Amino acid sequence: MGNDYNPFSLEGKNILVTGASSGIGEAVAIKCALMGAGVAVTGRNVERLKAVYDQLEDAPFRAQITADLTVAEDLERLVAALPPLDGAVLCAGNSTTLPLQFGSREKFDDMFNVNFFAPVELLRLMYKKKILNKGASVVLIASIGGTHSFMPGNGVYGASKASLNAVMKYAAREFASRRVRVNSICPGMVDTPLIHRGTITEEQLVEDAKRYPLGRYGRPEDVAYGAIYLLSDASSWLTGHDLVIDGGFSI
Amino acid sequence: MNIQEFIENFAAQLDETDEALITPETQFKQLDEWSSLTALSIIAMVDDEYDVIVKGNDIINSDTIQDLFDAVKSKRKPGAD
Repeated sequence: MGNDYNPFSLEGKNILVTGASSGIGEAVAIKCALMGAGVAVTGRNVERLKAVYDQLEDAPFRAQITADLTVAEDLERLVAALPPLDGAVLCAGNSTTLPLQFGSREKFDDMFNVNFFAPVELLRLMYKKKILNKGASVVLIASIGGTHSFMPGNGVYGASKASLNAVMKYAAREFASRRVRVNSICPGMVDTPLIHRGTITEEQLVEDAKRYPLGRYGRPEDVAYGAIYLLSDASSWLTGHDLVIDGGFSI
Repeated sequence: MNIQEFIENFAAQLDETDEALITPETQFKQLDEWSSLTALSIIAMVDDEYDVIVKGNDIINSDTIQDLFDAVKSKRKPGAD
C-alpha cells in the first residue's frame, strides 16, 4: 500500500459548488480543490466569488459563474455554462428566525424560493440535461432543523430544509438508474456570516453553543469534510442519506 | 406611531401578563413570562407593524417599553408618521 492511498480523493472529478462566495460553500469549494477536484463556483456576489475563485489555483479546472439561483434567467445561464459534472454541492441558502404566528405566506415564499425551489430546480435541470455524469454524487446542504431538531422560531426555515430532505430521498431513488447518488448534510449551527445578523445577539450565540455536547458550534470545514466523503468514491454505495453533523446536538 | 398603540401591539405578544399592568415604564425583561421566544415575537411584530428591523441588542439595551419604543421610532424611515 503506497503513501498515495486515499479512498477520499476527488482527483479526476469536476464539482459544482453553489453559495460558494461565503460560509459553508466557500469551505467546500476550497477543500474540494485541495482534494484534487476541478471546481466550478457560483454565488451572487462578484467580488466575494472572485476572492474564493482566486484560492482555487491548484485545481486542475476552475470556473466562476455569478448567478442568483432564484432568478430564472440566471439559473438558465448557469446550467448552460456548466461542464459535465461528477459532483455538485448545493450550499446556497438563507435563514430566518421567526415565530410561526408571523410566518405569513410571503415569509414562507421567500424562504422556500431560496432554500427549496432554487436547489431543486438546479438539481432537476442538471439531471434532465445529463450534466451529471453517470456515477455523479450530489450533496444538498439541509439542516437538522425541520427533521432532527425543532427549536422555537425555526419553523419557516426548518420547513424549507425538511422539504429539501424529502426531495433528496426521492431523487436518490429515481436517479439511481444512472448511478447518480443524492445525499444531504444536516448541520447544526455553523459559525458563518449567516448567524451574525443580530436577531440573535452574540451573547445568546455564545450561550447557545454551550448546549452542543461537543462544546462548540460547527465550523464550515466540519461540513466540507462530510461533503468530501459524500462526493468521493468512498461513499459509492451510499445514497438517500441525511448525514447529521451537529456536534451531538440532536442526540 | 404612538406609545399607546405600541403598548397594545407589545401586550399582544404576551400570554400571561395582565395587559393593564403594561405601561411605558414596564421593565419588560423582568416579566415572569419573558423568554427568548417572546423576544423573537417582539422583533417580528415590530417588523410587521412598523417596518423596522430591531436586533437582539436593541432588546437587550432597552429596559422599559418606552426605551424600546424610542429605539423603534428612531429607526423608522423618514416620512413614516
